[in-house]
Amino acid sequence: MKQLLTLNINGESHEVWTATHKTLLEVLREDLHLIGTKHGCELGECGACSVLIDGAPVLACLILPVEVQNCEIQTIEGLAENGVPHPLQTAFAEQGASQCGYCSPGMLMTAKAFLDKKSNPEAQEIRQALSGNLCRCTGYSKIVEAVEQASKQTTEIQ
Amino acid sequence: MNKNNNYQWIGKSWTKVDGLAKAKGETVYADDLFLPRMLYAKMLRSPHPHARIKSIDISKALKRSGVVAAMTGKDLPIPFGILPVSQDEETLCVDKVRMIGDPVAAVAAIDEETAEAALEDIVVEYEILPSILTIEDGLKPLSERPVREESGLPAPDVPAAEAQIHEYADSGNIHKQVALEFGDTETGFAEADHIREELFYYEGNTHLPMEEHSAVAQHGADGRVTLWSSTQTPHYVHRALAKVLEMPASQIRVIATPVGGGFGGKTDPFQHEMVVCKLAMMTGRPVKLTLTREEVFYTHRGRHPVLMFVKAGMKSDGSITALHFRNFLDGGAYGSYGVASTFYTGALQTVTYPIANYKFEAMRVFTNKAPCGPKRGHGTPQPRFALEVLLDKFAEDLNLDPAELRLRHLMPDNSKTINHLTVTTNGLGECIRKVTESSGFQKRRTESTLGKGIGLGCGSYLSGAGLPIYWNKMPHSGVQIKIDRGGGVTIFCGSTDIGQGSNSVLAGIVAEELGIGIEQVIVVTADTDLTPVDLGSYSSRVTLMIGNATLAAVRPLREQILSATAEVLKIPAEKLTLRRGQVVSKNGSVEPVSFVDAVQWAETKFGTLGSVGSYTPPRRGGKFKGAGVGPSPNYSYSACVAEVTCDPESGLYSVDKLWLAHDIGQAINEKLVIGQVEGGAYMGLSEATMEAQVYRAGKDNPAGLHKTPSMLDYKSLTALDMPEVETILIETHDPEGPYGAKEAGQGPLLPIMPAIANAINNAVGVRVDEVPITPEKIFQGLQNLKKGKSGRIGPKKFPKITFPEALKVEPPEDNSVL
Repeated sequence: MKQLLTLNINGESHEVWTATHKTLLEVLREDLHLIGTKHGCELGECGACSVLIDGAPVLACLILPVEVQNCEIQTIEGLAENGVPHPLQTAFAEQGASQCGYCSPGMLMTAKAFLDKKSNPEAQEIRQALSGNLCRCTGYSKIVEAVEQASKQTTEIQ
Repeated sequence: MNKNNNYQWIGKSWTKVDGLAKAKGETVYADDLFLPRMLYAKMLRSPHPHARIKSIDISKALKRSGVVAAMTGKDLPIPFGILPVSQDEETLCVDKVRMIGDPVAAVAAIDEETAEAALEDIVVEYEILPSILTIEDGLKPLSERPVREESGLPAPDVPAAEAQIHEYADSGNIHKQVALEFGDTETGFAEADHIREELFYYEGNTHLPMEEHSAVAQHGADGRVTLWSSTQTPHYVHRALAKVLEMPASQIRVIATPVGGGFGGKTDPFQHEMVVCKLAMMTGRPVKLTLTREEVFYTHRGRHPVLMFVKAGMKSDGSITALHFRNFLDGGAYGSYGVASTFYTGALQTVTYPIANYKFEAMRVFTNKAPCGPKRGHGTPQPRFALEVLLDKFAEDLNLDPAELRLRHLMPDNSKTINHLTVTTNGLGECIRKVTESSGFQKRRTESTLGKGIGLGCGSYLSGAGLPIYWNKMPHSGVQIKIDRGGGVTIFCGSTDIGQGSNSVLAGIVAEELGIGIEQVIVVTADTDLTPVDLGSYSSRVTLMIGNATLAAVRPLREQILSATAEVLKIPAEKLTLRRGQVVSKNGSVEPVSFVDAVQWAETKFGTLGSVGSYTPPRRGGKFKGAGVGPSPNYSYSACVAEVTCDPESGLYSVDKLWLAHDIGQAINEKLVIGQVEGGAYMGLSEATMEAQVYRAGKDNPAGLHKTPSMLDYKSLTALDMPEVETILIETHDPEGPYGAKEAGQGPLLPIMPAIANAINNAVGVRVDEVPITPEKIFQGLQNLKKGKSGRIGPKKFPKITFPEALKVEPPEDNSVL
């Protein structure tokens, strides 16, 4: 069964005619070609498809779009503003927090939601916040350091 | 040490060339490709571990609305495999399946859902064959094949040959047997003051890359096939495709998309790559196939489970008079890199400490499980674990500090090992000194706080295999460079960036040599139409080999630019150099000239600016059969100290900190090297503590069914589990590497597992001679200790097998100095 959905993604309204049972991950990637959001399992286990729904991190592979029609959806494509990278993105690049980079979009969205709520977090709090996002390349250290760097920058901006 | 501190880029930390694109989600991986009219493919996989295929009927699937094509193995029957000696894989199985998950048919449809549904329309008739699931079963002669009544497996009247997984095996289900002896171990053991015989077991585990394998193929109007694939080895895929599709390689283009994690798991040519090409040819439309996570677990090629017997003889001063390894590898259902893996379980024990006499015997068996292959460290972590734990036990026997024992006996620089490997520089001593000093190892080791422990482990790895996978004398790495009149420099190389940063290595070396910014270098890689061959991202070969090829290509261009500028400025070329985007005179006698002007003068003088460079490793291994595995231009060295806290009641433990020193030769980009070391520490720790690719035995579930084919059930460390890693880089400036560089991708993983085992022993007196080192095993050891028994946990039985007589190899003529 197909259905017309209205989704608010990265501040833009999208009308999508798609199968009702498709996950938000599938609709983002396959119908809207927002391919920045990745998949590593499609079972809610790896965190690679993390997006923000009204500012909170959720796994897009476990969400049906019909559930989030009246919500603000933010994906990695919406993290930079007017082409200017978010401090987290700059920090990830500078710290070498992306090796293969496949977990990065999900990791960044989770980190963004965390930093929006928590300024100047301790390293252990960052680790706790990111513990649902798996990374096989980095050993997590550079990711934690990048979030710390971004946290300092966003605090300075404020 | 000729450390050059005047580099503009080399040894510094700069941002990876693709760092921001990855952080912005702009990097396009294989599954991110959506081509017009693209179809989606799925493969039907065997539910049986070992069965003959009696018939396959795809007719009903073809009638389903939305299905465009379907195929079976008969549509593409030529076998393939990464090694010339084991061409044993089929695109889709024709006569029999050898593991649960073996594909038998494929469907292309307008969407993934339709393709998946159509798989249920395919009817396959199987005749069940006896299955082999363990090393012990695999070693048995076919006449003694196991019959597993509980799994409903075969009737006793099935001919013995039915239990043979591959007919080409050396014998029965023994895929490969090896027996080599260097020097005379009997004499060596006779000279020893102390002898130990030990058994070790190392469980298999898998790469678990975040990105599931994906491939997209297109068949153009010109008749050419293009494949985009998440592969670490586009060149080998190119060769395999030409063979299987029966097309000239010139009609096939393979593009390796950015790889979302490899670790060795994307180093073989794969069935799904063949399938998409064929379906694209059958339909005239692009076809994509992306594996599910469960399929990735069955595609595997991960760490071999290895059962090891080790006998070592040592003098009272700690020198090793003789070493004997006897290894059994559980290979799974196909050859993959297995023959190389088998040799690797014996090759690199010799490059750390001198071994006076060495015997190595090994057998790899076929079993009806997912094929094992190369995972980070390829065949080396298992024997290295055994050797480093063994040394710890010897240190106890001799009442010697484990660090001191190792430091007394290191392979000297410019020496040859007993098995004819050449050690150019060995930074292990410095690595051991640094990690023991930083961690306070000597003092903390002897503090008797129950539950607190500290352990040392060491390792060494090759910076690229000295020989290619298929026999040829061509270069291993090729580079082309062209310079645009606008000052942009484009480098073309077949290398594949799998996240380790090889694109940044290319850019950094070009930028260093031409004195320009990293951003001025355009990197084009991993495309068989555009880039010269590089053999791929495996065996830690990339930095050394592409680095040397790049230097060979860029230095003549540098000379042309300087020569043309010198002519215009009317000063000798040797007084000029390239620095920060300019040509400058070394003594400041003339005004700097911009790089763009200099490039245009050079093009005026020499014509179009382009050059090529290539690299072939030195050929200096032994001359015996099997000597091809082990030689490398140089070897990296690593040492790790691990600190653990272990509950002496429950065996639960945490790893509190790792100190990890790595002999990198010379870092090209320091930050990326540290990232590789930290990543290796993580992957080593994860497999040391929890990872295991294991299968059901067949009581309540089909035998050979993966126990944990999901990312939740297959345990790996999260950000919360990962302790602090103190990384220390040691630079030995090796003469073989570009600027003196060695590898960083694999070596740092090796010392982790033994360091943890040795630390656990130091904490609670329990020896776990197995990986993973789980709290359950430690608990069992603690219980045994309480009963006054040995606290050792590990294998107790070892198969009694007669090996072929060992090939006797004379030691190198002068085994201490080149």
